[in-house]
Amino acid sequence: MAYDKFNILKSSAVPLSIENVDTDQIIPARFLKATERVGFGDNLFRDWRYNPDNTPKPDFVLNNPTYSGKILVGGKNFGSGSSREHAAWAVYDYGFRAVVSSFFADIFKNNCLNIGVLPVQVSPEFLDKIFKAIAADPKTELEINLPAQTITLTSTGEQESFDISSYKKENMMNGFDDIDYLQNIKSEIQEFATHLPL
Amino acid sequence: MSKTLFDKVWDKHVVRKIEGGPDVLFIDRHLIHEVTSPVAFLGLKTRGIKVLYPERTFATADHNTPTINQHLPVADPLSANQLKALEANSKEYGISHWGLGHQKNGIVHVVGPEYGITQPGATIVCGDSHTSTHGAFGAIAFGIGTSEVEMVLSTQCIMQPKPKKMRITINGTLSRGVTPKDVALFIISKLTTSGATGYFVEYAGEVFEKMSMEGRMTVCNLSIEMGARGGMIAPDETTFNYIQGREFTPKGAAWDKAMEYWKTLKTDADAVFDKELAYNASEIEPMITYGTNPGMGIGISNQIPDAEQVEGGVETYEKSLNYMGFNEGDSMIGKPVDYVFVGSCTNGRIEDFRAFASVVKGRQKAENVTVWLVPGSHIVESQIKEEGILDILTEAGFTLRQPGCSACLAMNDDKIPAGKYAVSTSNRNFEGRQGPGSRTMLASPLVAAAAAVTGKVTDPRELMEELVG
Repeated sequence: MAYDKFNILKSSAVPLSIENVDTDQIIPARFLKATERVGFGDNLFRDWRYNPDNTPKPDFVLNNPTYSGKILVGGKNFGSGSSREHAAWAVYDYGFRAVVSSFFADIFKNNCLNIGVLPVQVSPEFLDKIFKAIAADPKTELEINLPAQTITLTSTGEQESFDISSYKKENMMNGFDDIDYLQNIKSEIQEFATHLPL
Repeated sequence: MSKTLFDKVWDKHVVRKIEGGPDVLFIDRHLIHEVTSPVAFLGLKTRGIKVLYPERTFATADHNTPTINQHLPVADPLSANQLKALEANSKEYGISHWGLGHQKNGIVHVVGPEYGITQPGATIVCGDSHTSTHGAFGAIAFGIGTSEVEMVLSTQCIMQPKPKKMRITINGTLSRGVTPKDVALFIISKLTTSGATGYFVEYAGEVFEKMSMEGRMTVCNLSIEMGARGGMIAPDETTFNYIQGREFTPKGAAWDKAMEYWKTLKTDADAVFDKELAYNASEIEPMITYGTNPGMGIGISNQIPDAEQVEGGVETYEKSLNYMGFNEGDSMIGKPVDYVFVGSCTNGRIEDFRAFASVVKGRQKAENVTVWLVPGSHIVESQIKEEGILDILTEAGFTLRQPGCSACLAMNDDKIPAGKYAVSTSNRNFEGRQGPGSRTMLASPLVAAAAAVTGKVTDPRELMEELVG
């Protein structure tokens, strides 16, 4: 599915310092019943965000108007658990274009890269600095520069670089996906299939 | 060059390596279910492309299906709609579809092996993280996202970097009352839920060599819960005996040829892993979780650790214990139990019901607990009946439900109510996993059985003494 190209993103950020945020929190299973990719942003962090009677929980960060932006900053091991791409869809559909953490679960990270959400892995120290900067000033801006592979706290100029494969980077910058690539090498795949061991 | 089992299987499936990027990996077998496939099929329609090898994909409905009255129409319109979409998409693209009511219907990771779709040396994917289950057969099997489901449907390939390799060796003999589930929960408690992220795990040593296929599936199933993409065990006589004669396994000369290849699927003696861990079987006792991720497990006779004893932030730890209504230092023995769930792709196989029955035999269900016993497939359901297990269960006051994922993720009506405690043989104790506000303690079928007859957390070894002598 097509997504917006990613180049340089400068935005304030929403902090969620809890560790091991799992995919069941990001999007609970009972909201996976759609057969189209619509409306998942409404249920992002559903049970942390809303009471059982659907009234918002004022203490949850997404319900706090002090915090906003296109970047979600999460604690260590963000996105653990299920392979549901719906978790990445919910993050994207809510309006986030990047998630920053000191560690990502494997499948979630992969799903994000496939749909146009940039996972930015920083050191635990830098993550701590980001959380502190946002706590001191909720309007703190982060600049994520994909071509340069850097993330900067604009208030202080502190910067770290982050990893991404050159292939995925080019995809994100151009809004390409893997299916485009695979479609182009289909005959090579079909030839390969004739030489499998079994 | 020496290779690990993982290298041997992965390298055989690399169509192309992209410099500075992932490998293009050919997928032998693709399993789909109703939840993570509809958007992938929509993608195919939007792009106007076909399924390249429909014979390599198998569809079964499991996540949404009811576990009682399966002959009646599915009441939840959204669930019914997903089930219908799976059926329609399978039909349109020529994919085998084992829907609700079909004799082969059941949990995708239970029926795949039962029908011999799962084979050594294969690459197997499914839009479900517990696809790691199939690694028990020496396959590379792992969960993928919906974008990748679309890739596999359209080109039979996905694009992923090759993971690092880890070997976990456990030698020795497991103590009485210690099951494969306990082995897995023990490893996860040591590694945490992120300790194997970025790795593919091979399990080795006497404990896994002696383990049944059902047990190996339980262990490999839980690989994802320590962050690993998957886990695998080298195929051996136990594996070959299990798969021989199943519907989709090779027959005659093809079987002999396959066996010749499968016997080469083991890690070379001098192959190198990126990380090696070793434990002794005697370290492991029946396990139970006390928190809100599968890494928060302890031996059942132990006390809940203090925040400073565990890795990670205090804030996260306290949030977790608050959710569970537990305190640091609490003993797990004697904790209240409202629900018991036996089932799922982790522990919904015949051995799990045999284990459960061995403890409840001659006892009675505790009045304060609601017990849901959910077989993983119709084959498991039949075995339960044929082996006389159903009679034992019925006499002890239990009933058997129909196959499906059920309360493991509570997408159907099998939801643990808010605030209630469940001892569950499934795989995740995340907040709300078994229903909004539900509180889950993960454990083996033996621990589940002990809870089911005593109505509280109980060491199953106390109830097993008379049986083992």
